[in-house]
Amino acid sequence: MSINNQWLAIRKPLSAKRRLFLTLLSFLLPLSIWSAVSYVDWLWHPMVEIQDKGDVSYFREGNLVKKDIFREENATLIASGGNPAVGVPANPIYLPAPHEVVTAFYTSFTTPPKRRNEPWLHESLIHSVQVIFWGFTLSSLIGVPLGILCGAYSFFSRLHEPFIEFFRYLPAPAFGALSVAVLGIHDAPKIAIIFIGTFFQQVLVISNTTRKLDVSLIEAAQTLGAKKTKLLTKVVVPGILPDLYKDMRILLGWAWTYLIVAEIVGTSTGITWFINQQGKYRIYENVYAAIIMIGIIGLASDLFLAWLGKHLFPWTGRKQSKLSVFFSRLFGPVNQTVFDEK
Amino acid sequence: MTHSISLPSYLEQSPEVRERFDRLKQRDVLLEIKNLTKTFESNDGTITALDNVSFRARRREFISVIGPSGCGKSTFIRILAGLEYPSSGEVRLDDEEVSGPCPNRGMVFQGYTLFPWLTVKRNVMFGMNMAGHGGTETESQAMQWIDLVGLSKFANAYPNQLSGGMKQRVAIARALANQPRILLMDEPFGALDAQTRAQMQSYLLQIWKNVDITILFITHDLEEAIYLADRILVLKAHPGEVQEVIEVPVPRPRSPEQFILPEFLATKRRLEELIHPKNEYESQELPIIRMTPIGDDVE
Repeated sequence: MSINNQWLAIRKPLSAKRRLFLTLLSFLLPLSIWSAVSYVDWLWHPMVEIQDKGDVSYFREGNLVKKDIFREENATLIASGGNPAVGVPANPIYLPAPHEVVTAFYTSFTTPPKRRNEPWLHESLIHSVQVIFWGFTLSSLIGVPLGILCGAYSFFSRLHEPFIEFFRYLPAPAFGALSVAVLGIHDAPKIAIIFIGTFFQQVLVISNTTRKLDVSLIEAAQTLGAKKTKLLTKVVVPGILPDLYKDMRILLGWAWTYLIVAEIVGTSTGITWFINQQGKYRIYENVYAAIIMIGIIGLASDLFLAWLGKHLFPWTGRKQSKLSVFFSRLFGPVNQTVFDEK
Repeated sequence: MTHSISLPSYLEQSPEVRERFDRLKQRDVLLEIKNLTKTFESNDGTITALDNVSFRARRREFISVIGPSGCGKSTFIRILAGLEYPSSGEVRLDDEEVSGPCPNRGMVFQGYTLFPWLTVKRNVMFGMNMAGHGGTETESQAMQWIDLVGLSKFANAYPNQLSGGMKQRVAIARALANQPRILLMDEPFGALDAQTRAQMQSYLLQIWKNVDITILFITHDLEEAIYLADRILVLKAHPGEVQEVIEVPVPRPRSPEQFILPEFLATKRRLEELIHPKNEYESQELPIIRMTPIGDDVE
């Protein structure tokens, strides 16, 4: 077999078909383990679901009891000549089967909340997305310009980065109580947690990206007559734009990880409230569905941004798509052209 | 090893070449470098990159700068471009002292340094845009420069769609579009393959012939230096000093056939003597053990 046909060859790419196959497999593997544990009776199943309680006084039909207790009770009953209980092997309530979770994806949207003033699931989700959006936007409004300044000028780097370097080690959740005291119990403290979690990393990551810009591009621009602010706006900013965009995608992912902490600050809201509420009612398939939904929203938005990035920065690819030509015309004066400001 | 082949002296000039140099010497001095010294502080103490370098270039002269590695060629050209400052001495262009980068001195770097986010046309327009010019007038001017380097078809391409040689042609057009007094080129063809490099050399000579421009060209390729230049400034390493200024005795117009002319070879031999002194590499004999059978000889 030639080296091209091997599944395992160090640092060699795989064919498109094999890549797709393995991508599917990466999801199918955990799913099949979950299915096996759920549907194959002799795998795990530490509980027994009671179907006929027989003569055991405290068993209830449909309830789950531990296997050894079930056996013990039946043994004593048979010894004393009573009617044994009947049951089937089951998993604990916190591990629903895949099909139950799939159904929950639909039913959790259609089931009305228990109390009238409580939000529906889609309202909770929208609320979560809003908290992320504002936290991330506010952080970016200050963090991106500051990061670029720190990367471009040693002055700003020395003035801000040492403190930021220190501050980023302070865990954002630790500011929960403080932000409630300052900002009240509504969304403001939650947005503040996302902000604190994102901002300090953002400044450092972006200043680093800015510093990685090839210095000879700046020198070339200088010999062509670019000075001071023009050097920053016409060379540094467009030069780092594709990398900046990548950084923002990664940072947005981090912002999501702070969501759950942010949402239990003050009053519990959003998807976290939904998850906690369903946990209290012991409807674990809804809990799983909600957790998976967060994953899907995060991954989908990242894939969308990656796709968009390819078209926003046509100079990074070898071929230009129609969409990228459209964008380059639309944002022409911003990204590409240097029409004079006069 | 080197069998001595009799060559004329590199100082011998044919009447036509001498006449050309006489005419050149009547031109105005464009660039004057006076007692240029540059030192760097390092952990091992002070390093002198350039020591008391003086030189003059006249208008529309083509100067090559050559020297062993570590002779401060790059520092030299970066000071001329205004990207670094001399420790002492001065650089005057058109009798005005140079300080800081300025569009009247164009620079072409070894790494192509095209702005990847701008199309070829926008790259060439960059300097004019920085000077506050824009619109269709500027655009058609840029197109002229792109035509000059033969890339009209690629005006709307991005740099990453071009080959190395094409990128460097755009870089030359971009520098020339600012209509500089002097074009500083820092090993501009160093990263190109031999074939493209030869092509670029002939392009550059054509451009130089048709544009009012003085060129200062750094290279470590001896043949390239001779082929292109009127005069060659030879630097010495540690510290970087002027070793000699050679008037190239090869007549113009230049063509690749001249590489085997006696005056060409004589100049090359002289440069070799200056840059790689004989004793330096002839004394290096490797302590090699014979690993082939006796009788199986190649020499």
